[in-house]
Amino acid sequence: MIERDGGALQRLRQNQSLQRLLGLVMGVAFGVFLQLGGVTRYDVIIGQLLLYDFTVVKVMLSAVAVGMVGVYLLVHLGLASLSIKPGSIGTTVLGGIIFGCGFAVLGYCPGTVAGAVGSGALDALFGGVVGILIGAAIFAELYPRLDASVLQRGNIPDTTIPELLGVRPGAVIVPMVILIVAVLYGIEYLGL
Amino acid sequence: MDWTPYLAGLGIGILSWFTFLLSGRPLGCSTAYARTSAMIERAIRGDSVLEKPYYRKFVPQIDWEWMLVLGIVIGAFITAIIQGEFALIWVPSTFEAAFGSSSLLRLAVALVGGVLMGLGARWAGGCTSGHGISGTLQLAIASWIAVAVFFVSGIIVAFLLYGVIAP
Repeated sequence: MIERDGGALQRLRQNQSLQRLLGLVMGVAFGVFLQLGGVTRYDVIIGQLLLYDFTVVKVMLSAVAVGMVGVYLLVHLGLASLSIKPGSIGTTVLGGIIFGCGFAVLGYCPGTVAGAVGSGALDALFGGVVGILIGAAIFAELYPRLDASVLQRGNIPDTTIPELLGVRPGAVIVPMVILIVAVLYGIEYLGL
Repeated sequence: MDWTPYLAGLGIGILSWFTFLLSGRPLGCSTAYARTSAMIERAIRGDSVLEKPYYRKFVPQIDWEWMLVLGIVIGAFITAIIQGEFALIWVPSTFEAAFGSSSLLRLAVALVGGVLMGLGARWAGGCTSGHGISGTLQLAIASWIAVAVFFVSGIIVAFLLYGVIAP
């Protein structure tokens, strides 16, 4: 597979202008799904964080289950490779806490805020997008100092759960998908 | 039972197959904001901005991910129009029910939330898409921790806002 398809895929992935077009097309699809799923709405996201509307969890967990199976299959066939984000307590946990505060106060995240703008939410445009741009600029300004102090603290293994456990991916994917389906079934059973 | 959230999740899951296959990358959104703020800063302050260590890592340019975020706006717009749900709104109804109908208050709160989110997403190295969907579907350890922290702190702050601060 790698020998037969790898060259064409490589060329496709390195074609910058084609990639920008693909990004736009995939973004339109992403926006359609986010809007259809209802997660571009402040009320739905806040409802999730206040634990009375589980739409966000339903969308995310079903996307993760479906995505996991296909992406690992592509990797197995040699048609894709994983792209694992590194982490540490200093980045993942501290940054995650700040993100969570923003999540609750803004009521959108960086993807859904763009969808909210598309659906006409002016608070998402003039508050959310403008704020995220300012926040990103603040981080860029602070980055050298943060990198020298907190960002490297408390290493988190730069790997996946199967690699950490030393098992084949399928040994984690199968139970994970079953677990996700069980959680979603439980959410429906409870009527959340 | 409403199947719409699951169909939306199915669509996003399948979309992630195509991003990995055709573009060799996971779905993510927050880097695009960092590149945009770098482009704005560059337009105001000139090329010296490019010397910032963070912008050497994330060069200010319109790339795949930037177009992806633009695409989200377009896709949501088309869908909202077709659904008949497109409406220019300043104050979402849940916010209005708890904090009143002042658009200035909502704008200020959203701005503060946006700053925290922009700062936190770059600090954590990803957002609800990059860590929350793409990272977890790859079974990345840092991403599972990140998404747990996003939701736990988000839930705590939402309960404080709506339970304690709301009049």
